Amino acid sequence: MSGQVLSGYLVPNQPLPLLAPDANRGWASLRDSCARVRAEIEASEADLLLLFSTRWVSIIGHQIQADPQPEWWVVDEDFHSYGSLHYKLRMDADFAAQYLDKAQARGLHARTVAYRGFPIDVGTITALRLLNPDNRIPACVVSCNMYSDRAETLVLGKAARDAVEASGRKAVVLGVSALSNRMFTRWIDPAHDRIHSQKDDEWNRKLLELLGDGRLEDVSQLAREFSHQANGDSKMKALWWMAAALGENNHYRGTVFDYQPVWGTGAALVGLQPAAASVGDLEYDEDGAEFFRGDRNVLAPNDPGRHE
Amino acid sequence: MRRGEHPSGAVVGGILAPHPPHLVYASNPPQNEPRSSGAGAWQELLAGYQRLRASLEARVYDVLVVHTPHWKTRTGTHFLGVPHFSGLSVDPIFPNLFRFQYELDVDVALSQSIHDHARDAGLSCQMMTNPEFRVDYGTLTSCHLVRPAGDLPVVAISSVRTAFDYCNEAGDQEMLALGRATRAAVEASGKSALCLASCSLSHRHYTTEPADPEDPAFESIHNENQAAWDRHILALMESGQSRRVFDEMPDFTDQCVAETRDGSLSWLLAAMDFPEVAGQVHGYGTVIGTGNAVVEWDLSR
Repeated sequence: MSGQVLSGYLVPNQPLPLLAPDANRGWASLRDSCARVRAEIEASEADLLLLFSTRWVSIIGHQIQADPQPEWWVVDEDFHSYGSLHYKLRMDADFAAQYLDKAQARGLHARTVAYRGFPIDVGTITALRLLNPDNRIPACVVSCNMYSDRAETLVLGKAARDAVEASGRKAVVLGVSALSNRMFTRWIDPAHDRIHSQKDDEWNRKLLELLGDGRLEDVSQLAREFSHQANGDSKMKALWWMAAALGENNHYRGTVFDYQPVWGTGAALVGLQPAAASVGDLEYDEDGAEFFRGDRNVLAPNDPGRHE
Repeated sequence: MRRGEHPSGAVVGGILAPHPPHLVYASNPPQNEPRSSGAGAWQELLAGYQRLRASLEARVYDVLVVHTPHWKTRTGTHFLGVPHFSGLSVDPIFPNLFRFQYELDVDVALSQSIHDHARDAGLSCQMMTNPEFRVDYGTLTSCHLVRPAGDLPVVAISSVRTAFDYCNEAGDQEMLALGRATRAAVEASGKSALCLASCSLSHRHYTTEPADPEDPAFESIHNENQAAWDRHILALMESGQSRRVFDEMPDFTDQCVAETRDGSLSWLLAAMDFPEVAGQVHGYGTVIGTGNAVVEWDLSR
C-alpha cells in the first residue's frame, strides 16, 4: 500500500510559547493553538510527523535524525534564563533510512545521524512537545542546509514525498520556521512584545492571507521576495520544502490557527489540508527542480567536479 | 613576573584561534569519542597550533577570554556566568567528528566585569547563569587547541548577530565597543588575559564530505577569491597593520564570506587596542574549503 502525505503545518520555531506561556498573552495563545492542531493531527490517520527545522542548520548536505529515542536537554542560546528543555523523543529510524535513500537517489548529499547526546534543535523540541507531547506518533527531522537554495530545497521536499510513498506511512509534514525573523536585539518586557515593525507585520499578514486561501505554491514562489522584504527566516526554506513535499500546487484548504509576535518575529500556526478545488492555479515562471546536480563552483580554479 | 604578581591587569596577547572540530578529531585527545583515520589532512593547521603552543610555553597568563561564533545570540552579547561546566558536546554539524567530554572552569568575576563594562558602554548584555547550558564547540575547540591541559579559567563571550541583522559595519562598531570593554575590565581585574578570536578567515564550505573526512585529496580552498583575500589579510597582520585589517573588515567579510562577520576578529583587534606589532602566522590551511590561520600577537614584549 502506498504511503501518503496527509497534510502540512507551518509551526513556530521559538521556544517561548513552551518555556514561558504565561509571560505574554500571544505566547500563551500559540501554545493553546498548538493544542487545536494537535487534536486535528490526532484525528487524522497520521503515523509519522516529518519535520524540517530552520533551527537545525547543516553544512555538509542534509542530515536526518535517526536515533530512535534521543534523550537529552537543550538550553536556548538566548532564552537560557527561561529554563531548560528536557526531552525524550520517539523517532522513526526506519523512515530516516528510507528518506536518506530517496534523497541520494535525487542527487542530494545526505546522511543520517544517531549519536548519544546529539543536540536536537530547539525548534524541533518545541514543536514536538506542543504537538505530540506523549510521543504517540513517531517523528523524523531533516536539517536546513545553510547553502541550499530553492532548487535544492525543493528536491529535498520531493525526496521526502518519495520516501513517504515508498514507506507506506501516513505523514503530516511540519515546517518549523518563523515568518519575519527580525528579533528585538535587546531584552524586552515580554508583556510588550510585538512584531518588530509594521512593515514586517504587513508582509506576514499578506503571506498568511495567501496561505489561508491554500495557495502554498504561490507562497513558495513568493518566498524570495518575502524574505528580502521581511527578513524571512532562512529564506523561507521550510515553505519551499513543505510545498514540494505536498505536491507543488495550490490545492489546499488553508487554516490560519494563530499569528503572534515572539520577541519581534512573526510566529504563525497554519494548516494545509489537500482539497479538490483551488483558489488559483497559476502559471509559474520558476520551474520545480527534480534532481540536484551539486554546487556549481564557478570560481574554483581547477577540478570543479571533485566536490560534487 | 610570576602569575598573580601583576600590578595591574593586561591583555598580554591575542590569538586568532580557528575552531574547526576537525583539528581536535585529528589530534585524538581522550576527551573526543571518534578516532581519526590518520589519513593526513589539515597538517599545516595542526603544525601551526603546535608552534603556537610552543610559543606560549614561556608566556604567563591567568585566563583565556574567548569570543565564539558558535554561541549565536540575537538579544545582545551573552557571557558564561557559572563557575564550572561539564558535559558532552556533540557538534550538530559534524557529529561524526566531534563528541567531546568537557570540563570548563569559568572566571565569573572577570566575565561579570566585562559584562558590566560593556553594559555601561551602552551594549545590550546578559549573563548566562543556567548550569545546564551546553558550552558551544567553538569555545571548547579553540581553548583545547591553544591549551590542551585545560588548567586555566575561561571567559566565553557569545557572538551577537548585529552584522547579520543589520550590516557588517554595525557589527564591527559593536565589536569595537565590546573589545574596549573587555580590555578595560581585564586591566581593572589585575589579571593577565590571553584573548582568543575563535574564527576562520574565508568561510565558504564545501557541502559534501568524502567517506574519510581526513582524506587530504579532498582538501583545498573553496575558490581562488577566498585564497586571495586570506593572503591579503594575513599580509596586513604580519606587517603590523591591524588597524587596516579592521578598516577593511566589512569588505573582507562581505566579499570573502568570512567568518569575521561573527565579530570575533574585530573584537580581538579592539581588545588588543590595534597593536602595531607584527602578528606571527604560525600556520594557514583549509578545512572543508574554508581558510584558517593560527596567528599570535605577543603584547608582552
